[in-house]
Amino acid sequence: MEFTLFTLLNGVSYGLLLFMLSSGLTLIFSMMGVLNFAHASFYMLGAYVAYAISSKLGFWPALVLAPIAVGLAGALVERYGLRPLHKAGHIPELLFTFGLSYLIVELVQLVWGRAAVPYPIPRELDGPLFTLFSTSFPIYRGFMMLVALAMLAAIWLVLTRTRIGLVIQAALTHPDAVEALGHNVPRIFMWVFGGGCALAGLAGVIGGNAFVTEPGMAATVGSIIFVVVVVGGMGSLAGAFVASILIGVLQTFAVALDYSMMSLLNWAGATITPETPGYELLKLTISQSAAILPFLLLVLILIFRPKGLLGTRE
Amino acid sequence: MSTLSFAPVKLGRYLLWGGFALILALAPLAFNKGAALSILSQIGTVMIFGLSYNMLLGQGGMLSFGHAVYSGLGAFFAIHAMNRAGAGIAVPTSLIPLVGGLAGMGVGILFGYVTTRKSGTTFAMITLGLVELVFASSLMFPGFFGGEGGVTTNRVTGTPVLGISYGPQIQVYYLIACWLFASTIAMYAFTHTPLGRMINAVRDNPERVEFIGYDAQWVRYLTLILSAFFAGISGGLSAINFEIVSAENVSAIRSGSILLFVFIGGAGFFFGPLLGAVVGIFFSVMLSDYTPAWQLYLGLFFVVLVRYAPAGLASLMMLLLRTVRFGKFGRIWKPLLAVCASTAIGLAGLVMGIEMLYHLTLESANGSTMTLFGRLVDTKASVPWCVALALMAIGIVGYRRLQPGYGAAWHEVNAEIVARLSGRSP
Amino acid sequence: MNALELKDLRKSFGKSEIIRGANLAVAKGERCAVIGPNGAGKSTLFNLVSGRFGVSGGDILLNGRSVSGLRPFEINRLGLARSFQISNLFDKLSVYENLRCAVLWSLGYKYSFWQRLNGLRDAHERAEAVLEQVGLQHQRHVPAAVLSYAEQRALEIGITIAGGADVILLDEPTAGMSRSESDAAVELIRKVTVGKTLIMVEHDMSVVFGLADKIAVLVYGEVIACDTPANIRANPAVQAAYLGHEVRA
Repeated sequence: MEFTLFTLLNGVSYGLLLFMLSSGLTLIFSMMGVLNFAHASFYMLGAYVAYAISSKLGFWPALVLAPIAVGLAGALVERYGLRPLHKAGHIPELLFTFGLSYLIVELVQLVWGRAAVPYPIPRELDGPLFTLFSTSFPIYRGFMMLVALAMLAAIWLVLTRTRIGLVIQAALTHPDAVEALGHNVPRIFMWVFGGGCALAGLAGVIGGNAFVTEPGMAATVGSIIFVVVVVGGMGSLAGAFVASILIGVLQTFAVALDYSMMSLLNWAGATITPETPGYELLKLTISQSAAILPFLLLVLILIFRPKGLLGTRE
Repeated sequence: MSTLSFAPVKLGRYLLWGGFALILALAPLAFNKGAALSILSQIGTVMIFGLSYNMLLGQGGMLSFGHAVYSGLGAFFAIHAMNRAGAGIAVPTSLIPLVGGLAGMGVGILFGYVTTRKSGTTFAMITLGLVELVFASSLMFPGFFGGEGGVTTNRVTGTPVLGISYGPQIQVYYLIACWLFASTIAMYAFTHTPLGRMINAVRDNPERVEFIGYDAQWVRYLTLILSAFFAGISGGLSAINFEIVSAENVSAIRSGSILLFVFIGGAGFFFGPLLGAVVGIFFSVMLSDYTPAWQLYLGLFFVVLVRYAPAGLASLMMLLLRTVRFGKFGRIWKPLLAVCASTAIGLAGLVMGIEMLYHLTLESANGSTMTLFGRLVDTKASVPWCVALALMAIGIVGYRRLQPGYGAAWHEVNAEIVARLSGRSP
Repeated sequence: MNALELKDLRKSFGKSEIIRGANLAVAKGERCAVIGPNGAGKSTLFNLVSGRFGVSGGDILLNGRSVSGLRPFEINRLGLARSFQISNLFDKLSVYENLRCAVLWSLGYKYSFWQRLNGLRDAHERAEAVLEQVGLQHQRHVPAAVLSYAEQRALEIGITIAGGADVILLDEPTAGMSRSESDAAVELIRKVTVGKTLIMVEHDMSVVFGLADKIAVLVYGEVIACDTPANIRANPAVQAAYLGHEVRA
């Protein structure tokens, strides 16, 4: 009971972090058709910038300033790097972001070195939120969930209730018509890209101190957020939300479960020994297979339901 | 829109292939210092890998992020075959790449059926998912994948035939060279077969292909199987060359690298991957010996190329050669030289700055002096920084002043050539 | 047996029914033009017959055999080829290569990767023959994307007939052409469809009356009349729905 509850909570909080990351990716993909391979690198950038700011000014200013800084960087990248490539098609755009991801990792290492940096959780948020039986749930995790949910609400409000959100939604499917109406579509794209990167940066600010802040952090989440976006449905924010929670919970549970086919069969009465054919496969525990679960899901979804769970296009 | 074609005349064809064979045969004589042979060997295997990847990318328009599964799994099967030399059928080392190729092909038959059902971005995502899947499962099956340390082997097994034991690197190089030559001919021949032409048609217009009697998915599937075969050959050669295969061989990183290399070389030309392999290995293996910033340079180079020359180095080369062919090179070489010179100066400054920055942040524990271009430089002093900035400034200013002139000449010359080629002017 | 028959053909996109029970019979060797106002569903009809869209109801018979539900390449292999209103070419390939690709399947080369393409004499000769028919011999090495509009339309027709299909569907072959270009196109179409069954969507009435043995009038997804050109011209229902007043050809 205790195990299930806490694993669920941990899974949900991890899933919400994934959502913070993949929401930006989904927005950028929906609006511009660009699969931003550098998205996880902006996440990393957010963590490092937050580390830099928080060591001088404290965590709370960093929470506000770091995403803005990362967002501006993203907007600049779009304006000078990506915009000239729009007419060349989607593959050069994709490749550009691909190369950019390499570059950002290198630049970060250049400035902050190759070792992990000590980006701490602020004292006010350090400690248990509540304790059930013998396990405690950290305040910071709760804070992460709060920020993620607030962010989701904010995006939804902006997109559906403001004028600029309406324009963005229109530019999503009919950029030429929107431009003909007098809106500066290239400028909108720039801000959407910047916004998406800012969201990734925010995820970095929150996640960098909960998990570790190091040059490898982009690579660890990089592929998972693509799984989230594809499984949820490319272009669907709601889908990204559902997929993030699903994958977050799935992985957190899987890592904690030590059962395997062998344990199941043994419980049913069979005796599996190292001599049994297929022993290597049978003795694999769920926790050992946890790493492949998201990708298995990705491949299965792409085969059976390429639109994703809630997507509207392939 | 490129109007270039690479169709040499009959005699020229034999000269070209002969020249290629000659270069392969004589390269070790030209590059004979220390590690040069091992670098040449590596370039050789990457060339085959790149050519096989280009069957998908350049010829088929299929962007794959997971090509390393075919070469990597081919390498694993090959290395296990080498290790089984004692028990059962012993495959002679020269034929081990064939084992890799067949294994790669088998994986291609399996995975390809799933991946080629989709196209475009969906195809790219599915290949990414598959490579990550295989990579993640490598720790789950240590018997096959060898766990964290991978699987090792000794390529010197069995009795040497004609004195060839594959102990010395030079023998391995010539083995790779032979397989490279054979594979290149095979893959080139493929481009002149019905399937090879139809995969081009599928690239250009997958919809129309269906209306002239072809199932686009089958065309892609068969092409992928063949591509996986050659990828497996490169994997087998890699197993022989390094005598170790690990999870990294089936990683998304390795898949990403070959994409990078082929793109740099130029996916639109058959020989693009050959160029790309040379440049890629230069950056990742040779440059890494001289500077810790090699990945930054590779990244910058790639990004600049995507932005300014998305058709790759091969296209730049061919465009220049085309101006020569049409007798218009005389009009552009001076502005071109000027632009290159100012770019080189700016680059020198940039490299200086980057190297000094890297030294300051990563090696400051060893003191502030470093060797730059053969001279001792104190990174904490302001003089070297001023020099670096000055060089960059000169480069930028020079480029801005000289580029418009070059750009105008270039556009003029090319417009004339294009008009001539499309039959609109004599 | 008719070359092509449509039996109560229906097609809906979501809630909108575009083709509402179309009936048509085209005999072997006939030249049939499909005319009608914009939005009547002419291109959709072609897409249904060629397999690009799935059928919502009714049946399509090609030489007596039902082909509704088959994939485009299956229908093509049974002897039906179509052109597109917006030229649908292989951009990076040369004109010659475009045509050569179009003949490969019909000559039985299928997915061969062991035969030398340049050694296939029959493929070469067929491609050369079509090249000459469409008048693009001097552009044979030019990549399709670089051709002029009229040249692209000619190549479009070339690709369609190159495979030797018996039933040819041409979707607005003279769209966007000047008078003289249209006349040349009509001559070309007449030349290359000798002995074949031709079904053509057209807006240009002079082209229609010049080429067609039979005219089918499609209005709101139904064939309201199908008759000889003279009778169609005189048909009051057609005049009211489409022609407006008597047309001089």
